Amino acid sequence: MDMAMQQQKAVQLRADIVKMLYLAKSGHPGGSLSSLEMMMALYYNVMKVDPKNPKWEDRDRFVLSKGHACPALYAILADLGYFPREDLWHLRQYGAQLQGHPDCKYTPGIDVNSGSLGQGIAIAGGMALAAKYLKKDYQVYTIIGDGESQEGLVWEAAMSAAHYKLDNFTVMLDHNHLQIDGDNDQVISLGDVMKKWEAFGFTCYKVEDGNNIEAVVEALRKPHNGKPKFICCETVKGHGVSYMENQAGWHGKAPNEAEYLQAMKELGVEIDG
Amino acid sequence: MAEKQASRVAYGEELVAQGRINEKIVVCDADLSQSTMTCKFAKEFPDRFFNFGIAEANMVCAAAGMAHSGLIPFVSTFAIFGSARAYEQIRNSVAYTGIPVKFVLTHAGLSVGEDGGSHQTIEDIALFRTLPNMTIFVPADAIETKKMVRAAIDIDGPVYIRASRPVMPCVTEEDTPFDPYKAAVLREGSDIAIFTCGLIIDESLKAAERLAQEGIQACVVNFHTIKPFDNETAVEIANKCGAVITAEEHSIIGGLGSATAEALAGHSSAKFARVGIQDKFGCSGTPARLFHEYGIDADGIVAACKKLLAE
Repeated sequence: MDMAMQQQKAVQLRADIVKMLYLAKSGHPGGSLSSLEMMMALYYNVMKVDPKNPKWEDRDRFVLSKGHACPALYAILADLGYFPREDLWHLRQYGAQLQGHPDCKYTPGIDVNSGSLGQGIAIAGGMALAAKYLKKDYQVYTIIGDGESQEGLVWEAAMSAAHYKLDNFTVMLDHNHLQIDGDNDQVISLGDVMKKWEAFGFTCYKVEDGNNIEAVVEALRKPHNGKPKFICCETVKGHGVSYMENQAGWHGKAPNEAEYLQAMKELGVEIDG
Repeated sequence: MAEKQASRVAYGEELVAQGRINEKIVVCDADLSQSTMTCKFAKEFPDRFFNFGIAEANMVCAAAGMAHSGLIPFVSTFAIFGSARAYEQIRNSVAYTGIPVKFVLTHAGLSVGEDGGSHQTIEDIALFRTLPNMTIFVPADAIETKKMVRAAIDIDGPVYIRASRPVMPCVTEEDTPFDPYKAAVLREGSDIAIFTCGLIIDESLKAAERLAQEGIQACVVNFHTIKPFDNETAVEIANKCGAVITAEEHSIIGGLGSATAEALAGHSSAKFARVGIQDKFGCSGTPARLFHEYGIDADGIVAACKKLLAE
């Protein structure tokens, strides 16, 4: 799929995310919309996966460590054919295949459970370590959040990944600068994340527009230089829906009917029932 | 009878033996491999021993990642840090998914001794027991520890084996059958039953001998598996003896005593009392002194049995 088509696709997936959350009446739009292009860069351009064989042994692995952004991942997995798009409209309901946070027991294409912040990146590190021992050449990718970076476990995982020279491991930060209680700098400042990850022994790259798929792909293709890789993606929380953009209040709130209709109008997507 | 050996030493030996026949076994430790005895495995299999440093939460999650990749990780550190410190990681990254990570945590209970209350876990069984999908073993001795390691490998899910620091006398034999789902009677008796596990088995057997001198025949049962609990044997023996004491090196809340109480409630009218740590923390001292002061040695068990029978 060329980039123009992927950008069109992003509009549709963005609409799917908003619709999912509107129907579920709960969930996390802000981070889902900020990290969508990061996941699209992976799934439509970089990762070796097979939707017809989700457990393919040699597939690349992806762990959405900031698991609350799973609506974006679910929209992508449905689009790729892991499960019917219709399933998206049952998100978070009793008996649904799509749980409130990623759950590998319920959902094809989800490699591990995540959402308890800090744990996904650490599990992903273990997967990368296992790949080394098993002499497999698959890559392991994870996306963490800003608020998540306050978890000590993130830095424990960073330390061990550097120690074991996991050059098959890529950590991406959805750097939208907001968390539930407000701006990171008001809650607990993350400081200079690039310098921090460099100090922890990662090869670091910065993407100035993390909502630009092509720019993210470019960073994903850059070398590891024998180390785990860190990519800081500058993103906009709530990207693409005007009233959600850069609003911490839209971290974990579902749109009501009027808000849903406005989002669809802004995105130029027809409501398909 | 076999020589005395610490359960952690037996664990270290069995890990190596299993490592030789199963390449899926990998071992994770948190800077305590000389104490948990995973150092033996590390020496023979350096490419599948992973030291995570003093970072237990990361070790548990990384082990989960390895299990998701088809490996069978054994995770070891002191029980206090491997259970309580990393608890939410065990809950969400391991138990919730039901993946086969094996926790063999050592230096559990009061018997870590002189290190004091901060290092004496009295609640580890309670913590693990509330987690769905979890199996919990408390080895009676070195021989049973090795059987448990083998059983843990065969179980397709998470397992906790509670190992101890001190040397333990052997109360089982090499050819004693180990059924993970069936409690084992170590001494027959019909006046009172002592349900016990781990280091307190030896104390219970001593207590039973002393009671026998006074004409009280105590049945001593090794409840090596705290979860899933052998409710059937518990109820059967309770109803046969009419009086049950549980004796363990753990808080009376949440461990063998609680599991027994839950098994007997509504199914047995036997008299019942729990010998264990009475809802308080430990302190420094030799294991023997602590066992005595906390009432979990043979003296304490004899006294508890007599008190219960007199009620």
